[in-house]
Amino acid sequence: MINLTIDGKKITVLDSTSVLDAARQNDISIPTLCHHPKLTPFGGCRLCIVEVKGIPRPVTSCTTPVSEGMEVTTTSPYLEDLRKTVLELILSDHPNDCMVCEKAGDCTLQELAYFYGINPPIPPLEKGGRGGIFAGERRVYTKRDGNPFIERAMEKCILCGRCVKVCDEVMGVGAIDFTYRGFKSKICPPYERDLDCVFCGQCVAVCPTGALTGKMWTLKGRQKEIKEVDTICPYCGVGCSITLHVRRNEVIRVSSKDDTINEGWLCVKGRFGYNFINHRDRLTRPLIRIAPKNTKEAQKIRSSEDKTISNSQPLNFSTSHVFREASWDEALDYIAEKLKTIKEKHGPDAIAGLSSARCTNEENYIFQKFMRASIGTNNIDHCARF
Amino acid sequence: MGPGGIASSGADVISTFESELKKVKVDALIEEGCSLHKVGCFGLCSKDVLVDLEINGNKTTYQYVKPNMVQRIVQEHIINNKPILEWTTDEDYQNFYKKQVKVVLSDCGKVDYDSIDSYISISGYRATEKVLKTMSPEEVIEDIKKSGLRGRGGAGFPTGIKWEACRKVESQQKYIICNADEGDPGAFMDRAVIEGNPHAVIEGMIIGAYAIGADKGYVYIRAEYPLAVERLTLAINQARKKGFLGKNISDTGFSFDIKIKLGAGAFVCGEETALIVSIEGQRGMPRAKPPFPVYKGLWGKPTIINNVETLANIPYIIRNGAQWYSSYGTEKSKGTKVFALTGKIKNTGLIEVPMGITLREIIYDIGGGIEGGKAFKAVQTGGPSGGCIPVDMLDLNVDYESLAKAGSIVGSGGMIVLDEDDCMVNVAKYFLQFTQSESCGKCVPCRIGTKRLLEILDRITKGLGKVDDIEILEKLSSDVKATSLCGLGQTAPNPVISTLKYFRDEYETHIKDKKCPAKVCKDLLTYFIMEATCTGCVACMRACPAGAITGEKKKPHVINQEICIKCGACFDVCKFKAVEKE
Repeated sequence: MINLTIDGKKITVLDSTSVLDAARQNDISIPTLCHHPKLTPFGGCRLCIVEVKGIPRPVTSCTTPVSEGMEVTTTSPYLEDLRKTVLELILSDHPNDCMVCEKAGDCTLQELAYFYGINPPIPPLEKGGRGGIFAGERRVYTKRDGNPFIERAMEKCILCGRCVKVCDEVMGVGAIDFTYRGFKSKICPPYERDLDCVFCGQCVAVCPTGALTGKMWTLKGRQKEIKEVDTICPYCGVGCSITLHVRRNEVIRVSSKDDTINEGWLCVKGRFGYNFINHRDRLTRPLIRIAPKNTKEAQKIRSSEDKTISNSQPLNFSTSHVFREASWDEALDYIAEKLKTIKEKHGPDAIAGLSSARCTNEENYIFQKFMRASIGTNNIDHCARF
Repeated sequence: MGPGGIASSGADVISTFESELKKVKVDALIEEGCSLHKVGCFGLCSKDVLVDLEINGNKTTYQYVKPNMVQRIVQEHIINNKPILEWTTDEDYQNFYKKQVKVVLSDCGKVDYDSIDSYISISGYRATEKVLKTMSPEEVIEDIKKSGLRGRGGAGFPTGIKWEACRKVESQQKYIICNADEGDPGAFMDRAVIEGNPHAVIEGMIIGAYAIGADKGYVYIRAEYPLAVERLTLAINQARKKGFLGKNISDTGFSFDIKIKLGAGAFVCGEETALIVSIEGQRGMPRAKPPFPVYKGLWGKPTIINNVETLANIPYIIRNGAQWYSSYGTEKSKGTKVFALTGKIKNTGLIEVPMGITLREIIYDIGGGIEGGKAFKAVQTGGPSGGCIPVDMLDLNVDYESLAKAGSIVGSGGMIVLDEDDCMVNVAKYFLQFTQSESCGKCVPCRIGTKRLLEILDRITKGLGKVDDIEILEKLSSDVKATSLCGLGQTAPNPVISTLKYFRDEYETHIKDKKCPAKVCKDLLTYFIMEATCTGCVACMRACPAGAITGEKKKPHVINQEICIKCGACFDVCKFKAVEKE
């Protein structure tokens, strides 16, 4: 254990804790932009600078390990002035278009700018606009990434490096990195191609500004009006905890909290595959087939209905000719009767059951129990195997 | 012979000598035989090509040698033993070397850079043998500590203390890295050392590795130095063949080998943490220290990074003793330092001087003063991280402490002399342009802060400066210095700060009067033709690319200011000094 003083408060923390963590564990707040608790410290935003007795210049608290007897000052007029300069510099190269930004209300940069009372240079959306103390040239990127999931507004990027780190350290993918030098530095995929990765969206989750957002979130509503609903991802047996962001009874975004079993990380399906919830083709009631099973006859119906039908929309055409809506009671009775008939006529092994990893463990357990005990067959399988 | 010598047709001079000597059958004429040595840079670039002729111990040096002069030198001097006095070196040459003390460069210009035998013949690798066979690592470190040698890469950290710290770290694997990523504009010390005496660097690395307990070394050298890379590669191979590198060196049980790693042209990779990640194969971006590389360096192992010049000093210190080395220099800055003397000075070139020498001695005694009899204005030391020192501080001692006090640094050793024709705002802008475009982009103050500084300087030089710009420059400079992550950002505002300190009036003239006192900033200049002196020769009219000059033959011409693009072509072409700029 190490004993040190932060802002006059005597504290004891574990060896090799960073000064930032030591402060935060003791409810002393230090502003940060590039730091993420689950990623290795970066030391790029320079907001977490603190003064340490004996060291002539301010040091970043995220990268400085504690040492015995250290005396740390986290706030002073000098430090706050430096932090303000850093924020002013960041905002001098930022579109400052918060009124139309997806991230507004949920943006670390916006929050810090508010607390430090920074007037961004105006006018906001032009290259080379003047105003504000450090006003000057602004990066403008007109080319947009053509990938289907992640909106990359690189002019809003503050190069905190969180996305690069999460992609490398957590995902092991390394799809993006820093490119170019100086003011032109930019984070992008190799050769500035369109992003072509696994689209887990972890980068989107850790981005502290509006530089990375989901394409499907656009104009769906901002954080203020959103109701958050915690649930489990229905996609696979891993069972990640997810949080649905619901606005007017529509899921507009999915995220995951840090303190969950999956530590806030998700995959492409969990994060971006929520469209089915409000999709018009989703089955919300049981359907009982009424159409003839003879394929020739079915085709005849199909062609008479609509000439433009394709395989990708099997249910959009003439649903009423193939299926009819039924109540749950009716549907379950129908299935029970059919199963009974088959079992009587051909024996229990004529029936097989296939379950899904999208079901919960309990549901899968009940299903195999039903097949073995009620039907009496071992013909039971599951995409992840029983 | 370095790239400077080669550019002045040094290679042709050598091949002409070879063929001439063969033609006159010099071997048959002279009893003891005659040999031709290709040696590293002599230092005095402005007199290239220099040829030393030594006959029976009498040395004559020829300057500005061209291939067509070789035949006469061979005929008259070598065969008839009559030196051609009008081609030999003049007073400048003597003065250039008079106040210099050569340690690192002592063998540059003496040994054949491509021959290990030549190096061994002047007691090369003697230090290695002495260290490996008779000294313990602790004794080596003690020697280096006593010598007072400090890092020659710029920061000036005591080398012995660095080695000692690394020695004390327990680890199965340690590394020694030679930092040859010399990127400062106007600096070429490390290149000249590697090109002229590569074995001294290798020897320094072997001794350093033995002292700290490393068995692997890297030389991180910029790919823009192809000649240095070629000669170093050759030297390493020769050393391996002679058994100075590899397993069980000289039967002492100590093993060490060196790998060359080429830098891909990023200035920031000269910063040690960025250099390490670059060797590891990643983008060269500095990280925060601690942990220092001495504890956690290359691949997470204890690593020593020393500059080329630091390492090249080591064999000489071991050979001649710490006492000898520390007899040069000042109390806190011992030994000698190599500087690359460039700019508006008569004798440009590479010099090695004892620490503590005054700037005046360097510029006037060694450098021969300002070219063309113009007035000295300032000297810029330490490259883009350094500052400008004005004329009234010429008696400043050149050592780590004094230069830092004056707002500059020793740095890697670039020394650019500026005269009355240099605009200090423009100089600051030039260096900032360099650091801005070489910033890695990791931290905000360096990435955006230097950009904003540059923009302000740019508008000042364009006559668009505002009265409060100087105040913003000062505030932003000090904030960028205080908050930047690595040495690049922390020192990038130095050129601005030092020029603001000593040449504030120039900034004010630019901003308030919209004039450039040195007549450099194009946007603040007006070219006009003096009616009285213009002869109407039409030369300027022909030269003007914009067609801005009108007038008849033998009658004074006029420049149309609206069309003039201020290129200065008329000024250069006028033989009667009728074109003036203001």
